[in-house]
Amino acid sequence: MSAVATAARQRPRVGARAWAFTRHHALTVYSALFFLYLLLPIAVVMVFSFNNPSGRTNYTWERFTWDNWIHWDDVPGIRSAIVLSLEIALLASVVATVLGMLIALALVRYGFRGRGTTNLLIFLPLSTPEIVLGASLVTLFLNFNVVFGFWTILIAHIMFCISFAVVTIKARLIGFDRHLEEAAMDLGANEWATFRKVTLPLIAPAIFASLLLCFSISVDDFVVTYFNSGNEVTFPLFVWGSARVGAPPQVNVIGTAIFVVALGAMLINILLQTRRSKGAE
Amino acid sequence: MGFLHRHRGLTPYLLLAPGIAWLALFFLVPLGFLAYQSLESGSIDFGYAFNWAWGNYWDAIHNYRRQFIRSFEYAGIATVLALVISYPVAYFIAFRGGRWKNLLLLCIVAPFFVTYLIRTLAWGTILSDNGFVVRTLHDLHLLGSDGRLLATSTAVVAGITYNFLPFMALPLYVSLEQIDSRLIEAAEDLYASKLQAFLRVTLPLSLPGVVAGTLLTFIPAAGDFVNAQLLGGTKQHMIGNVIQAKYLELIDYPAAAAMSFVLMAVILILVLAYARAVGTEQLTG
Repeated sequence: MSAVATAARQRPRVGARAWAFTRHHALTVYSALFFLYLLLPIAVVMVFSFNNPSGRTNYTWERFTWDNWIHWDDVPGIRSAIVLSLEIALLASVVATVLGMLIALALVRYGFRGRGTTNLLIFLPLSTPEIVLGASLVTLFLNFNVVFGFWTILIAHIMFCISFAVVTIKARLIGFDRHLEEAAMDLGANEWATFRKVTLPLIAPAIFASLLLCFSISVDDFVVTYFNSGNEVTFPLFVWGSARVGAPPQVNVIGTAIFVVALGAMLINILLQTRRSKGAE
Repeated sequence: MGFLHRHRGLTPYLLLAPGIAWLALFFLVPLGFLAYQSLESGSIDFGYAFNWAWGNYWDAIHNYRRQFIRSFEYAGIATVLALVISYPVAYFIAFRGGRWKNLLLLCIVAPFFVTYLIRTLAWGTILSDNGFVVRTLHDLHLLGSDGRLLATSTAVVAGITYNFLPFMALPLYVSLEQIDSRLIEAAEDLYASKLQAFLRVTLPLSLPGVVAGTLLTFIPAAGDFVNAQLLGGTKQHMIGNVIQAKYLELIDYPAAAAMSFVLMAVILILVLAYARAVGTEQLTG
């Protein structure tokens, strides 16, 4: 009798505890599933870089091989496409970050007429579909009979990177103490010396972040490049072209390599920032 | 430097000049040329001439209304899906992330480190006819024995949702992260249930993130043609596919230009309507 009573008393308690447990961990479980979903295609890209497909398409798993990694440039055109993509991304990220930094300095440090318009001009490219950016640039270049190729790609990439650079660096500039700059000026440093010795070191992480962001956006860009490349082939264009006949596993090799390098750079950035903030404490 | 000192008012303009000139020259001016071209008529063989050909716009809307509607439909569904899927995770990272926050955020943006086209192709592999998703759905009889996922609108919407998910999750996280947790505690102290506290404190305070995420997802999604091309068939073609083909394959510039402008105009109207409805002034930063 008493045992039954205990069980009866315990049952709702167990049920409630299970319910509380589910409620408490539901969000954690859901988030775990979310990240699984988010990372699944990345795992597929990596795994299929080791596939040895029997036909032309790399869609079904056949058997493991190192060949694709050893002969990563065994596909005509892939090496030059990668080189072009890296060149464009390097130049575009540096130029866009410098131009963006200057705009961010003007926006945060100075009050001037036309600030609202400038903000709008920075915001507009971010809110325009890529296909419209690409199409309008083609129209411009066609009108002036510009030869499509390296320079048209570079011009386009700098254009759509500038806004991202401004946004990244502006956030950091707003966040830091202006008194540091004023102190330097009070101590006799001129504007240039103040910028070089005080401002620049303080916004260095934002500049690094902007370079990373612009580089990855540029390396990854397909739509705008597709419209403005002429006969030049960047890596995304190479993937697009090869997808029509079945992308070779080497595409997955390069995709995996880009992923690993980018992830490494981001991890270094995070580590540096945590160490810096720890040092500041 | 002496010059700058005497004309301090000039400094901001000098700082702005190179970047703004670049944007004016390669963003604004091209839009003007695009507008001009959209009103031309003629053909590639005989050349195009400007003659206020407003008919291009009528043709664009009339002949391709199905692709237009499909674009906004796919983009709309994908945006709602991305919001529903990523809100709980953004909440989780903001309030329970602890010292793993940075790592989890890195995971959110990880897909961006795999080339856009390659991750879309990876979805092609996952959803392919002999992939495990289709096989599982067959086994569960959720999909007819000859049913497939590739070349369906489901695949295209799934691809778009996945590809633009980080654009939704990040602004959501930022706005949730900024919420002062004492406000939520205060609501609970005043006898609000957890659900009430969420609905009446957390959710409204995260609205700027919802607005930003929705726009950042919807705008690129509506103009996308990569997912429809790689994961869909011609029946799933969006307006981006048409513009792309008109420009690069059919060389029908005026029609493509008109379509680009209609796309931009519709997006602008939807964005303004949405901003009015939600009532935040977060739009121009």
